Amino acid sequence: MTTQTTSVGTPADFSLRDVLTIQIRKRFSNAGRDFTLDVAFALAPGITIVFGPSGAGKTTLLDCVAGLTTPDSGKIVVGDRVLFDEAQAIDLPAQSRRIGYVFQDLALFPHLTVEKNVEYGLAGLNKNERRNKSDVILESFRIAHLRERKPGEISGGERQRVALARALVTDPCVLLLDEPMAALDAATKSKIIDDLRAWNAAHDIPILYVTHNREEVFALGDRVLVLENGRIIADGTPHGVMGAPRRESLAQLIGFENIFHAVVIAIQEKRGTMRCRIAESDVELETPLVRADVGSTLLIGIRAGDILLATVQPAGLSARNIIPGCVLSVTQRDVIVAVRVNCGVEMEVHLTLAARDSLQLQPDREVWLIVKTYSCHLMAAS
Amino acid sequence: MDWQAFWLTIRLAVLVAAVLLALGLPIAYWIAYSRRRWRFLVEAMVALPIVLPPTVLGFYVLVALGSRSPLGRWWQAMTGHTLAFTFGGLVIGSIIYSLPFAVQPFAASFKLVDSRLIAASATLGASRLQTFARVILPLSLPGLVTGIALSFAHTMGEFGMVLMVGGNIPGITKTVSIDIYDKVQALDYAGANETALVLLLISFAVLSLVYGVNRKVGVAWPWK
Repeated sequence: MTTQTTSVGTPADFSLRDVLTIQIRKRFSNAGRDFTLDVAFALAPGITIVFGPSGAGKTTLLDCVAGLTTPDSGKIVVGDRVLFDEAQAIDLPAQSRRIGYVFQDLALFPHLTVEKNVEYGLAGLNKNERRNKSDVILESFRIAHLRERKPGEISGGERQRVALARALVTDPCVLLLDEPMAALDAATKSKIIDDLRAWNAAHDIPILYVTHNREEVFALGDRVLVLENGRIIADGTPHGVMGAPRRESLAQLIGFENIFHAVVIAIQEKRGTMRCRIAESDVELETPLVRADVGSTLLIGIRAGDILLATVQPAGLSARNIIPGCVLSVTQRDVIVAVRVNCGVEMEVHLTLAARDSLQLQPDREVWLIVKTYSCHLMAAS
Repeated sequence: MDWQAFWLTIRLAVLVAAVLLALGLPIAYWIAYSRRRWRFLVEAMVALPIVLPPTVLGFYVLVALGSRSPLGRWWQAMTGHTLAFTFGGLVIGSIIYSLPFAVQPFAASFKLVDSRLIAASATLGASRLQTFARVILPLSLPGLVTGIALSFAHTMGEFGMVLMVGGNIPGITKTVSIDIYDKVQALDYAGANETALVLLLISFAVLSLVYGVNRKVGVAWPWK
């Protein structure tokens, strides 16, 4: 948080001094391809997601805020501190901006220990103060035991924590995260996010979190900016901006062996999922979240090859949908075995010959179907 | 073995390597990170001694140090004697002669440092000088060792330049390579061989050091 005393008081639950205002234009001409980043938005304290495909200009945006790239025109202001203003010819160098930046590849100093990495930005303090601050942050990101190790000697999740701690220990007034969790598994990711949230509960700074991963959008953000081709094309809550179910053409429907009408019965916005019941049955599925209301009808498409089949009741699975059923028929088509299963509705499952043989599938056999949340494709019902 | 010539050569090489470390770092930094259009001209100038015959270089250095050039006149006014045919003149000539052997490995290893690390250092509040001292230098150590070792070894063995600028004054400008030449002229092959062998061993030891520290990083060859 900034420590300036000239803040403009507002009755809101955050004061204006913490707000990051960005209004910039930056044009690139790269190998014949013309690209313009042209964005304007303000960020309140808390996590804001910037979501977009690669090449949308996400990293360029962060580099402009951090002072690593100079915009052609516009303004970047944190509270009452002007970081960049083309009109006034203000362009604070990166070293004076007090912007925490966690790079996509983390950019930990390979020749320094975890502790020295974390203390890197505290060069202005004396040894005791430095030690105290790094102790606190190493504890709160659970990496105190790695103090003496080098970045090459710790795991990816641990490196991620070191990078966060290194950026945050300097008390930045804004934190930029560039696809920081891209290489981590979901469990590690959510633990780190919890620690980041805990840190920000006390410090309350704007955090700009860039990702191209849909699931992270729902897990993290209260607000999402969708960046495409250098422009913000949507701004709102994850549920609001992540798109209505697509209207699929007949040709696209043909790719799905299993298509059902389903009714939305619950929306779990925080998790980025919802529960749907397949029409005229008791089968419930957890699906990805789309813009739909409870009670509305959608089409769910599931590819036969995306469904797993088990002959004993599976336990300890990450997949959210485990549906009991009974084999109706087993048919071989070339090297694929199509199994029809009655589980309240009829579903087609594709297996390999080897899988059929080892499972000894035959009609009337009791089985369980396993469907991952993201194997359920939602489409608008016509 | 002419120990006077030997120690004179060692003294010259150590001095030149030390000066090149101080002088080479800022030049290499500029070459590695400058975005000026005319950077290539500076690079070409620094590399010139690699391709220039030592006698040509030595000739111009001699002219520049002599009492007719502004530099020579200034030096003479300051000290009362000319730089040509002195140890000081030899040091100046050797510095120019060995400059690329220090600057090129330095610059090559600076360029190898991940630019994101330099950016990270800046966002953490470090100035350019701090970034250089805390990130770029430690990560360029193999290149630094290479540059220092090569300029040391290169100065140890120089001949044409020494002859032009320093002449052959025992205890002042007579280096081992001049000594070997002298001995061969005097048909003292055994003496020449003794000195040449020492020079060979030193050169081998220095190059082993260079390739040893560069096992992982490919910056041993200065003009890659």
